[in-house]
Amino acid sequence: MLNKIYDWVDERLDITPIWRDIADHEVPEHVNPAHHFSAFVYCFGGLTFFVTVIQILSGMFLTMYYVPDIENAWKSVYYLQNEVAFGEIVRGMHHWGASLVIVMMFLHTLRVFFTGSYKKPRELNWIVGVLIFCVMLGLGFTGYLLPWDMKALFATKVGIQIAASVPFIGEAIKILLAGDSSIIGAQTLTRFFAIHVFFLPACLLALLAAHFIMIRRQGISGPL
Amino acid sequence: MSNNRVTRRQFLNYTLTGVGGFMAAGMLMPMARFAVDPILQKKAGGDFVPTDKKASELSDTPVKVDFTFEQVDAWYKSKVTNTAWVYKDGDKIIALSPVCKHLGCTVNWDGNKDFKNEFYCPCHGGRYEKNGKNVAGTPPLGPLDEFEVKVKDGLLLIGKTRANTLV
Repeated sequence: MLNKIYDWVDERLDITPIWRDIADHEVPEHVNPAHHFSAFVYCFGGLTFFVTVIQILSGMFLTMYYVPDIENAWKSVYYLQNEVAFGEIVRGMHHWGASLVIVMMFLHTLRVFFTGSYKKPRELNWIVGVLIFCVMLGLGFTGYLLPWDMKALFATKVGIQIAASVPFIGEAIKILLAGDSSIIGAQTLTRFFAIHVFFLPACLLALLAAHFIMIRRQGISGPL
Repeated sequence: MSNNRVTRRQFLNYTLTGVGGFMAAGMLMPMARFAVDPILQKKAGGDFVPTDKKASELSDTPVKVDFTFEQVDAWYKSKVTNTAWVYKDGDKIIALSPVCKHLGCTVNWDGNKDFKNEFYCPCHGGRYEKNGKNVAGTPPLGPLDEFEVKVKDGLLLIGKTRANTLV
């Protein structure tokens, strides 16, 4: 039955080459842990992506209960964590995954650095990687405020002070982030929510696409 | 026909790029202006908030004065209570913000028995002299902010904060 459906679609749209291109793409021996166990260091990039997928999925489900409103944000987080079935798990995935992304990304960066994989012709991919790193830190920073507890509030106050210390445009950056020149409040929370849920993930997906296309174009760097 | 004339292809390129640019700008301009609105919004001028502290009760020792005002945070209005450390320097009334310039904790006058006649921040041991000047070698990098003050009918009024003018 499923085969028939597949064949019917494939006959019309020729979809086999699309996934074959990924599925049949050979992993070179020197990056395959099945050949050399030490090659597991080449998995960190993929693991970062794996955790990122978990983040996107768990985040999508969290927004079914979460509201970015200063009166209800904390209550909605409390509710989804303590009253909703598996709420602890889903929020836990998002909470711990956030730290894990940073750890995995850092290990991936170390691997790229120590194997010299950033060298010509892969400089652009290193640059895109650094941009991804910045976007991830931005996601961590904006997501931290959303539970709207004391820790979140004061961490954001400090973070916004740091942003405000940029020469010349610091004050503008501060207001752009906080939505007000002196209050960290209702507008800050909605802005951080919008940035966390729409703006940065959109940037992230575009950068990830560029990152992956470049890997396919250039291939994985050779053995040491 | 001279060779300098714009070819049909160039003409189409220019016009289509121009029209496309206008359409893109027409789409993006409202969104950009929408996003930066808080930066361009004018702040209502410094309103003074009355306190129940009589100006005649003030001495040269800083005292804590609470004042409550209606804070408007976009669609959310709330009563907010702030605190100032107020004392008299000769005839002049000085009101200092209690917000530590290190990481924003609340400082106290004579808050630590080892540092008499100083503002002390319990979080990381930041210290300030009476006029708000930060003590070198402690975490804060600047002096405490100052409130604008006014006296009306013998009662103290507190306005906006500004950078310390005493140091």
